[in-house]
Amino acid sequence: MSAGSDGTVRRALSALRHDPPAVAGTLVLLLLLVVGLAGRWLAPAGTNDVDVEKMLRPPSLDHPFGTDELGRDVLSRVLAAARVSLEVGLVSVGIALLVGVTVGLLAGWYRGWVDNVLMRGMDVLFAFPVLLLAVAIVAVLGPGLVTAMVAIGVVYTPIFARVTRAGVLSVREQVFVRAAVSIGASDARIIRRHVLPNIAAPLIVQTSLSLAFAILSEAALSFLGLGVQPPAPAWGRMLYDGRGFVTEAWWLGVFPGAAIFLTVLAFNLVGDALRDVLDPRQLTVSEARRSRA
Amino acid sequence: MKTSSPAAGREAEPVLDIEDLTVTIGTRRGQARAVAGVDWSVRAGQTLALVGESGSGKSMTVLAATGLAPRAARVTGRVRLLGEELTTLSEPRRRRLRGRHVGFVFQDPMTSLNPVLTVGRQVSEACEEHLGMTRRQARDRAVELLDLVGIPSPGRRVAEYPHQFSGGMRQRVVIAMALACEPALLIADEPTTALDVTTQAQIVELVADLRRRLGTAVVWITHDLGVVAGVADTVAVMYGGRIVERGDVDAVFAAPAHPYTRGLLAARPDPERAGGDLPAIQGAPPSPLELPPGCAFWPRCPVRGDARCEHELPPLVEVTRGHEVRTFYPGGEDA
Amino acid sequence: MTTETAPDAAAGELLAELDDLRVWFPAGGGARVRAVDGVSLAIRRGETLGLVGESGSGKSTAGLALLRLVDPTSGRVRVGGRDVTRWSRRRLRGLRRRVAMVFQDPQASLDPRRTIGASVAEPLVVHRLVDSAHARRRRVAELLELVGLRVDLAGRHPHELSGGQRQRVGIARALAGEPDLIVLDEPIASLDLSVQAQIMNLLRGLQRDLGLTYLFIAHDLAAVEHMSDRVAVMYLGRIVETGTPAQLYRQPAHPYTAALLSAVPVADPKVERRRRRIILRGDVPSPIDPPGGCRFRTRCPQARPDCAEVDPALTEITAGQRAACPYAGEAVRAMLAGPEAPFPDGPAPRTTGR
Repeated sequence: MSAGSDGTVRRALSALRHDPPAVAGTLVLLLLLVVGLAGRWLAPAGTNDVDVEKMLRPPSLDHPFGTDELGRDVLSRVLAAARVSLEVGLVSVGIALLVGVTVGLLAGWYRGWVDNVLMRGMDVLFAFPVLLLAVAIVAVLGPGLVTAMVAIGVVYTPIFARVTRAGVLSVREQVFVRAAVSIGASDARIIRRHVLPNIAAPLIVQTSLSLAFAILSEAALSFLGLGVQPPAPAWGRMLYDGRGFVTEAWWLGVFPGAAIFLTVLAFNLVGDALRDVLDPRQLTVSEARRSRA
Repeated sequence: MKTSSPAAGREAEPVLDIEDLTVTIGTRRGQARAVAGVDWSVRAGQTLALVGESGSGKSMTVLAATGLAPRAARVTGRVRLLGEELTTLSEPRRRRLRGRHVGFVFQDPMTSLNPVLTVGRQVSEACEEHLGMTRRQARDRAVELLDLVGIPSPGRRVAEYPHQFSGGMRQRVVIAMALACEPALLIADEPTTALDVTTQAQIVELVADLRRRLGTAVVWITHDLGVVAGVADTVAVMYGGRIVERGDVDAVFAAPAHPYTRGLLAARPDPERAGGDLPAIQGAPPSPLELPPGCAFWPRCPVRGDARCEHELPPLVEVTRGHEVRTFYPGGEDA
Repeated sequence: MTTETAPDAAAGELLAELDDLRVWFPAGGGARVRAVDGVSLAIRRGETLGLVGESGSGKSTAGLALLRLVDPTSGRVRVGGRDVTRWSRRRLRGLRRRVAMVFQDPQASLDPRRTIGASVAEPLVVHRLVDSAHARRRRVAELLELVGLRVDLAGRHPHELSGGQRQRVGIARALAGEPDLIVLDEPIASLDLSVQAQIMNLLRGLQRDLGLTYLFIAHDLAAVEHMSDRVAVMYLGRIVETGTPAQLYRQPAHPYTAALLSAVPVADPKVERRRRRIILRGDVPSPIDPPGGCRFRTRCPQARPDCAEVDPALTEITAGQRAACPYAGEAVRAMLAGPEAPFPDGPAPRTTGR
């Protein structure tokens, strides 16, 4: 997959440079990454430094995002929670990608009963409302960060399976795949060398969009008290905790909410831009025009 | 206004007359000069064949002339349809004129037809639009047209959908559509390339017959020299966006004067010379993005007269009456 | 065993063979498309067998059957004396080294994301024919040179090449496994006119130098005539006539062959104006439900009542020429009757100029 995706990534990066929203999205994501990795050191205070003297203080120079009902610094907690969001996003989408792509490849390549069994399974998962499915999984495994990751991963698996299967079904009909069969290449080789690189583009796009939704789902789960457990910081949880103070301490909800909003928006901007750049039709416009004239 | 009655004055002036047509297209990789300084005209009842390979500009010439060039194209030159200058007309006016007087037949009949409409509706759509027919009249006209292009039991088939027709029959439907308003000009862009040879023979015959009966002027775009020999009165050979040779079809085939035309004719397998290699033209046609400064054929030319050919554009010169060739060496001083 | 193509004493050893082959595809609703419906062909070492026919004739499916890229419904496929009809997927990978294929559209047949070098090297890697990266690069360079491409193109991607260059890459890839037989499926059909001759010359040169055997599948009759030692004409899943190019093109025995030849336009306006074409009426019937009796009878200008009764077998007309029509010579003579003969290449029309 190396040669193909190298070219894909390089082309994508060069094209993204000329798309201002995508540049903004990328910058936000880079910032998130830095904060996620180094948030603890960037934070002005500890995430659980309780200070009863300073409860529910509005934003000030000392506490730019204010303090919560236990006197904890909201900025520090928002920064620390970035790591949680990022972890949940990456791990859960990682699970969905791995399982979904495998299922999609098998279903699309072998078709027949393999396809039927696997995709009906996926349909069942897909038929549940996202949160309901997550709640069910949490009910079985108990609330917590790992559960949230697994739950979100399971929820997004059918999407990846479908995207992959659709890609495989179209690529397998291409003449170059038949050419690979005609020289005696094995199924494993054809899938690895010819099919995967040619469906990489939609998968990359789906990954970036799913990251946004995974972070949103985590926030929702935490908001419902089913995700990250207190006192660990998480944006969704903070939003939940802040809901009781909307009138007297707006900053408790606004800052974590803004963090969720920005992150999701950034992933979506980058995802949309990638979709435009990696669309195979975009790549072949000039070639098509040449062969038609 | 003379455009309202195209039949009048048809004898005297050409149906379509193109002068110094140039098309440049902005692409990501630079300016492509698809067509450069092309002139030709076609008269009623006549067939002009535009021949060339991919990238020669043969299709673009006709698209640009009729106002169908892609948005990114810059078109200059003069185009007169039935005496009316098209390039200075407003777009709606040009579209109306084109819809009324020009019929198009493209290579792939399937993509020219709307899969969810009956062929009858599609064939008669233009009649309703341009001739102001009622639904009922239009249907009768559709049946008449399907019959004209040789579709058996047209009364029944008029209500069928494109997928119920074979490839050759679909192309007949497209031709019926093109002829719906009794256009003065029929433009056929590789109309038989996607068809089998026996079906091609049917379509060639059909168009020749319709041209005789209706007096339509035909511009037939093709890469197949055999088809040219069968359909054309005059032929224009295009290479690298320019006409390199043109004239009466007999004159051009009997004594091809441009090394490219000669090369194309010679490279066809000929049973008389069985065995041995074919005299192939080396190399590949140039990209419209990187055309050489002089003669576009220079890099592949077996003659290569002198340095002039490489740096200077050869003029179109007359070799015999009405037979012109773009070369510094008319008559082929190639030895 | 019935070998329908001419058993010629002078011809070389039998290399590959289709024996009463049927390949039917499911068409929905229980219907079956009879793409190939009782075809027997023999390909001898060192020859080029031309297979002509229009779309839907089954010529490409017959070619695919030689690599077992389609599953036979009945009949036999033999390659190198071995019956490969029921071989497992694993054994077929070995077969696909002995028999290679070149496809019609060189753009579509190359993976757009892989370099030219990687595409050409694929058979070498798949069949473990080289033991080092160095040896692989050397062999790829050799192959590119063999097909007339600059070695530095190995690092390029397909979209950076011209159509002719891409087809040369397709040919280099087919040669990589040193096959005995190459199935050429419309190898020049999507190329520019000026490039077609180059590719035909290349293919003939390679055959001469490497002793290759070709199955040349095409709808272009002139190209088939030029390339082939023997020709088989297919119509609706059957072979209707076989013979040498000289026999078929000058004295076609089957009415379909005659009609096909008469439909080919000739690049000479004088000939075109004078010749009388045999225009076939109607369309090729559906291969789902082919006509009973002779399959061509629904379009044959010389069809007789009993053509619906018997399904004609290939019978010898002259030495080496066979046709599946009981009225072979007679029907064609009747079609030819008239002031002008329709065949540009036949002996009679030679008088009409050129």
